[in-house]
Amino acid sequence: MSSSLWGTAFAVAAKDLKIEWRTKTAFASSLVFAVLVLAIFYFSRDSTVVSELDIAPAAIWVTFTFAAMLGLNRAFLLEQENRAIDGLLLSPVPRTGIFVGKILGNLAFVAVVELVSLPLFSLFFNVPILHVLPSLLGVAAMATIAFVTVGTLLSAMVVRTRFAELMLPILLLPFLVPPIIGAVQITAGILAGRPMSEFAGWLKLLGAFDIAFVTACLLLFEATVEE
Amino acid sequence: MTKRDVALQLLRRGWVLTLGALAGLVIVYTRVAFFTPIESTQGPAQKIFYVHVSSAWASLGAFAVTGILSLLYLWRRDRKLDTVAEASAEVGLMFGVIMLTTGPIWGKVVWGTWWDWDAKLTSTLFLFLLFIGYTVLRGAVADLDTRARFSAVIGVLSLVLVPFIFLSVHMFRTLHPKPPVLRAGGPSMPAAMLITLLFSVFVFSVLYVGFVTLRYALAVLKELRAEEAAHGIS
Repeated sequence: MSSSLWGTAFAVAAKDLKIEWRTKTAFASSLVFAVLVLAIFYFSRDSTVVSELDIAPAAIWVTFTFAAMLGLNRAFLLEQENRAIDGLLLSPVPRTGIFVGKILGNLAFVAVVELVSLPLFSLFFNVPILHVLPSLLGVAAMATIAFVTVGTLLSAMVVRTRFAELMLPILLLPFLVPPIIGAVQITAGILAGRPMSEFAGWLKLLGAFDIAFVTACLLLFEATVEE
Repeated sequence: MTKRDVALQLLRRGWVLTLGALAGLVIVYTRVAFFTPIESTQGPAQKIFYVHVSSAWASLGAFAVTGILSLLYLWRRDRKLDTVAEASAEVGLMFGVIMLTTGPIWGKVVWGTWWDWDAKLTSTLFLFLLFIGYTVLRGAVADLDTRARFSAVIGVLSLVLVPFIFLSVHMFRTLHPKPPVLRAGGPSMPAAMLITLLFSVFVFSVLYVGFVTLRYALAVLKELRAEEAAHGIS
């Protein structure tokens, strides 16, 4: 096994994704959850007053984050079984590499959930997205990196507490406020066909959030696993 | 002096500070009720300001102390730092409840609405919820060192988060008045109001220190009892 940071990261991510590929339980449940939330959102408005386009940005982001949150604990929950985490931590590889691997695995997982629910979203809410797809995917990537990074760090801790499933949303949601407000604002602008320059401020906020939290989480990970 | 004596001494000092601050609070209320002018546009409702601002100061200050102590804990690994951080977070939550109840009461009169998604309200609400999460997390981890590390991580992350929450909600919109005390060109309020406010902020700060000292001493005593129980001494 390569002991470089990226080598470790890719090995850990590949292992996690292979496990997920063979069982597909987390993926299937997250996806079904996403479809359900989208459908419920559609009926949660008075269709004579609120148009589909008005509720669409909120619907897509609440769906993305809630569906992702279901899957985030899985990365470290896997390692709790038979105390596999001990083996992982004892192996002569940089621990940051393990964490980056977990982030990459989670990112791939959430990205697939998002890519599958995006067409459904377009279909359900009757919102054409093809002509704005690149900018939409760009924003989705920025916001997803933000909440997956923080979520992965928090899940490394909460899986070793009581009530792990409850603890992650309570701790994670406050951290989602800035990226989600930003993502919803930008998505609303993109779907309404307004120029990107109008929400440059929000893009900067998202970018700064990504940089600040990826750095902070990489530095803090060590403190969550040391024994 | 044994560890227990130190804790008991701290407990006594905590009581002195707390009782002193409570006496100071009586003076604050007297000043607020009888010795401050009635604000011209807001009327008597503005007087809640003296409690609201001071409790907000104590609460946000407490959370800041928890954040900084968390950072120090990850560096020095001294469990005392973690115990003070815990005490500060709990006391901060108590002041937070005062802040979040006096705010809407004031807002109902002045803004005409109990709640508004204004930058400061929203930021403090999320900060408050985050620190509830912090205390809940503490309750869910049994091992003392793990608990200290986990909560320190949350404490540090919340330090990073606060500017982002504030900025994002501020970009959304804001209603809160600009700071009337710390601003260029000096405070924009009569001397009687300013003195009362500053005294109130001072009293709440002493109250905060008193409460944290009490809470810290209790935590030390509790830990000592747990240790004794583990060694079979009653």
